[in-house]
Amino acid sequence: MTHTPSSPILPRRLFLGSLGAVGASAALAACGGGSTPPGAAPTSGAFGKGDTYTGPKVALAFWNGFTGGDGPFMKKMVDDFNKANPNVTVSMNTLQWADYYSKVPNAVASGAGPDVGIMHIDSLATNAARRVIVPLDEIASGLELEEGDFSPVVWNAGVYQDKRYGIPLDIHPLGFYGNTAHLEKAGISELPEDREGFEAAVKALQDKSAVQTPFWVTATWPAHLMFNSLIAQFGGSIFDEEGAKATFNSEAGVEALQWLRSFVDSGASPKNVSNDAQAVAFRQQRNSLTWDGIWMMNEWEKVKDLQWAAAPVPTIGDEPAVWASSHNFVVTTQATKDQNKLAASRAFISYISERSIEWAKSGQVPARNSVRESQEFKDLTVQSTLADQLDHVVFPPAVPGIGDVTQPTWETAVNEAILGKKETKAALDDAAKKADAMLKANQAKYQA
Amino acid sequence: MATITPVSATAPAQEVRRGGGRAPNADPAVMRAGLGTALLFIGPYLVLFCTFVLAPIVYGLWISLHQWDFLLPGKPFVGLQNYVDLLTGGSTTSETFWNSMRATAVFTVLSVPLLMVLPLALAVALNKKFPGRNAVRAVFFAPFVLGVAVIGLLWRYLLDPNVGVINYYLDLLGFERIPFTTATPWVWLALVVPTLWWTAGYNMVIFLAGLQDISAELYEAAELDGANSWQRFRHVTLPGLRPVTIFVLTITILASANVFGQPYLITQGQPGGETRSVIMQIGEEGLRRFNMGSASAMSTVLTLALLIVSAICLSFLRERTPKEQKR
Repeated sequence: MTHTPSSPILPRRLFLGSLGAVGASAALAACGGGSTPPGAAPTSGAFGKGDTYTGPKVALAFWNGFTGGDGPFMKKMVDDFNKANPNVTVSMNTLQWADYYSKVPNAVASGAGPDVGIMHIDSLATNAARRVIVPLDEIASGLELEEGDFSPVVWNAGVYQDKRYGIPLDIHPLGFYGNTAHLEKAGISELPEDREGFEAAVKALQDKSAVQTPFWVTATWPAHLMFNSLIAQFGGSIFDEEGAKATFNSEAGVEALQWLRSFVDSGASPKNVSNDAQAVAFRQQRNSLTWDGIWMMNEWEKVKDLQWAAAPVPTIGDEPAVWASSHNFVVTTQATKDQNKLAASRAFISYISERSIEWAKSGQVPARNSVRESQEFKDLTVQSTLADQLDHVVFPPAVPGIGDVTQPTWETAVNEAILGKKETKAALDDAAKKADAMLKANQAKYQA
Repeated sequence: MATITPVSATAPAQEVRRGGGRAPNADPAVMRAGLGTALLFIGPYLVLFCTFVLAPIVYGLWISLHQWDFLLPGKPFVGLQNYVDLLTGGSTTSETFWNSMRATAVFTVLSVPLLMVLPLALAVALNKKFPGRNAVRAVFFAPFVLGVAVIGLLWRYLLDPNVGVINYYLDLLGFERIPFTTATPWVWLALVVPTLWWTAGYNMVIFLAGLQDISAELYEAAELDGANSWQRFRHVTLPGLRPVTIFVLTITILASANVFGQPYLITQGQPGGETRSVIMQIGEEGLRRFNMGSASAMSTVLTLALLIVSAICLSFLRERTPKEQKR
């Protein structure tokens, strides 16, 4: 997992190791029961540092979008917290992310929503500007959390207008997966790391393993995430640093998209690949190489006779870079009306954060350094291999409304170019014009 | 409308007969009582209608005159700017909106005729007596009980260009794979056929009910006059079904124009944004981007368009009614 010139192919079976010690330290940290007058900002130290709550009985609503294999992992941690903290009842409510983001603001405004929630890093600014969530600086300092405890890139991305709105739980980057049976037949023992190696591997797979289409390039999800990784590798970015202008139609963008498109042109990828199709093909062993989210590892695990390995996304451009997102704990405006809820929220966030090794097993990289550096995490081979990419993950700028600009603009451009509906440059240019207008409209909207 | 007519026409007439020989509709007291009865009957629904239909419509119109995000403190009044932006292409979303209007129109034009003709043919066929008739009727109606998420996912995996069942067999038989869900014109097939399969049974059931309302004597008389089966269909069945047809046509147009789940799940708006329906667009603008002002303006424009289309269809079908009565 260090900087060896090539990533070794990992065994399919992952040994998760024994994790008995977790939870033993539940009742350790001291926790003063002092309270501040309602309405006042929670001052650091008012509830001490720690993951237990000893105030009066309180119920916490915790909402998230973990509808997949990740849900049960979180549920178990919530149950453990409830057991360790008899005075807090956390009830977890899970809904589809898309519904989640449209419902939470309404629910919070009417007081029937979550007290604590999970939000992706690119939604923090939007929800902060819309006053759905509140700054967590006091909670963070109360818990004595600081940059040093977390991967700096994700810690800094949770800040909007000089205030912290998210406590990062995990980072989930794109990963590179290969079918090791196919690769072996092609005479390749390690997943390639660079452009030359990758293109040679595709060729070898076609020639020697009789896989006609080894690398399926989708026209929808996750193609735009691959594009985002590639444009950064070629030295470009999706937006400028202020999030005021689209820059995805730069030379880097054209080069990145052209590279993806080239596999369709050469026949190494079928035409018209929709999302999921590439994953279905990987499970059915109809393709050999795929870039997909780290969370997909659990899907591959389920397939009995699939032999696979994971590696960081290869560096096709000039420098390594990879798309990632991050789940962050947030506290809503609703919870601020009750000091006890705030105190319980803090204990809850701290509890889960400290035990994020459990969470890592669902196919995530923990945001906490201490967890990531633990032997337990290193034993999670796939996760720790993909965690090597942490130093060069790319996040969008923390500007409200930035997430809304993706789908109608550059995601659509990637779709049009890969389907061959438009020339690469024209697709990106058209989308950039639209994105600029949308960014401007967002600026006006959130300043008004 | 339908509720009022019998009350004012027949009920007072009966009162009058009992009261002794006065001309119908002459007594203002009776008229007042009739109106009161009518209001009493429609009252409960009227309350629901005002609360859940009329008030939201008015509120929506009010919102459409603002730049409205319900969580932001400022909701500046912008007058008709949202409409002007839509009509002159002045906003970031107007182009996408008109694209989605066009997609919706294409879908409606392609699906509605099929959703009228096929169910009618099915209804006529299944109105005949044969063993197992109810089972066959049930089979055609069955898909309608499924939710859109179910049929969407089902057809998405049937039609997928690379991992779909249909293309698997095409490939096996030596044909070229067809990009049903990603390329025009195939995407329209991928939207219309599942919709037809899903909802034709519903229209069929309504047509069946209509068919059973046509008196057997009319067919008998036509047969005695020497009409063949086509002529009986043309001159007895079709005119007999006219009110039902108007109803089915109207609800089918409205349902097609409100299409959401099929493009959302099956084509995901591909290629580019070509199959994004207007409801998808409005939902995204209002509930994802929280630009409720411009989303409301879009809704209003869509409503007006649908009113016009419905009015045209209705007048087209009503036109012939007086001629029929003259005969």
